[in-house]
Amino acid sequence: MTNKRKELIVSAISNGTVIDHIPADKLFQVVKILDLDKTEKPLYFGTNLESKKYGRKGIIKISDKYFEMEDINKIALVAPTATLIEIKDYEVVRKDNVSIPEHVEKIVKCFNPNCVTNKENVPTKFNVIHVDGEMKLACHYCEKNTSQANMVFF
Amino acid sequence: MSMKNRSLVSINDYTREEMIHILDLAEGFEKEPHQNLLNGRVIASLFFEPSTRTRLSFESAIQKIGGNVVGFSSAATSSVQKGESLKDTILTVSNYSDLIVMRHPVDGSARYASEVAPVPIINAGDGANQHPTQCLLDLYSIRKTQGTLDNLEVTFVGDLKYGRTVHSLVIALCKFNTKFHLVSPIELKLPSAVKRHIKEANLQYEQYTDFMEVIPKSDIIYMTRIQKERFPDPLDYEKVKNAYILENSMLAGAKDNCRILHPLPRVNEISTDVDTNSKAYYFQQAQNGVYVRQALIAAILGVK
Ligand SMILES: [Zn+2]
Repeated sequence: MTNKRKELIVSAISNGTVIDHIPADKLFQVVKILDLDKTEKPLYFGTNLESKKYGRKGIIKISDKYFEMEDINKIALVAPTATLIEIKDYEVVRKDNVSIPEHVEKIVKCFNPNCVTNKENVPTKFNVIHVDGEMKLACHYCEKNTSQANMVFF
Repeated sequence: MSMKNRSLVSINDYTREEMIHILDLAEGFEKEPHQNLLNGRVIASLFFEPSTRTRLSFESAIQKIGGNVVGFSSAATSSVQKGESLKDTILTVSNYSDLIVMRHPVDGSARYASEVAPVPIINAGDGANQHPTQCLLDLYSIRKTQGTLDNLEVTFVGDLKYGRTVHSLVIALCKFNTKFHLVSPIELKLPSAVKRHIKEANLQYEQYTDFMEVIPKSDIIYMTRIQKERFPDPLDYEKVKNAYILENSMLAGAKDNCRILHPLPRVNEISTDVDTNSKAYYFQQAQNGVYVRQALIAAILGVK
């Protein structure tokens, strides 16, 4: 497949953001985490696309929108391989890998059913910690750790 | 040191110096328990779940330093039963009090309350999470019986997985160069999240399933109860239920300074023949709770 034909799978954008190298099965989660399901800007996405590095990948392109790194890093919890590409006048002006943030708010549920965030109307708040090489979310309220396997997104 | 108007939700909120400061103040209250420091100020005691022991200890501490208590002793007698949110209850009670002592069955409820309340909160137990005044009274008891908190060998026995008093005390002792001996059935080992604190403080711990060999090394033996409900398979409970019971004869080889602590209530994990041993300290330990709570309230209200 030529580069040109590949581009046609998901339309090119003149100005905006491309999020590439999303694990194929995490595409819709990424859309949700970034609130893109509520956007009014033109949004293109594709998944199960071929990727040399990752086998199958997802990609999102959104016109006329740029993200704060702090916001985009939220997706690192589900899509640590994702890259962020900013486009201005069809030119790539910035390319960054996402990185795991230090704090995570509102987007993930605390896995402890007896946590106040699951019992009262309280938004979740976590510190990101690393225990024996594994990334976990330490709940600001109940102090329990939610591991990656237990993460549920709102 | 400014503890004034600061909530105490988790023992992790206090530095080593702040913990020592409270213990020093508590010593003053042990010498002179009745001091009219609060001059009629009002403290709310909100027990969303009953805990008579802790509530009486707090209310006694408040009244011995001249404060008045308002509040409730169970959710059934409060507006919570009518479906009021925790936030609304806390905001309402804040109008009537200078400080709120709260016990609540939900994990993290005290942290949340401290964020919405205009007055400071003392956590008297939030679900399975924290019970920092228990931790302070444990520290007070250790310092009192050993003369120091530094460089001790402390043995924890029983349910180290679910016992919140164990978790808090281990974390607090990480600031005092403690050597930890952890005795429990395999199913009830100390969680890795708590062990992480020991590792980060570069301290040593050893885990055992057998109790006897650590007794001669221990300065403090902190006993906890093993509950049958913690075992998915009742047969596993049957196998271990008698392995972690302390009997008087087992203390023959213990150090002279060794003391036995227990957060109470006890069921059968300490045999009653230990009670008359001079190493038994669990009943005095509970009494120390009043001094520590007096100290904490005085520090937070800025009268000491
Ligand atoms: Zn939580």
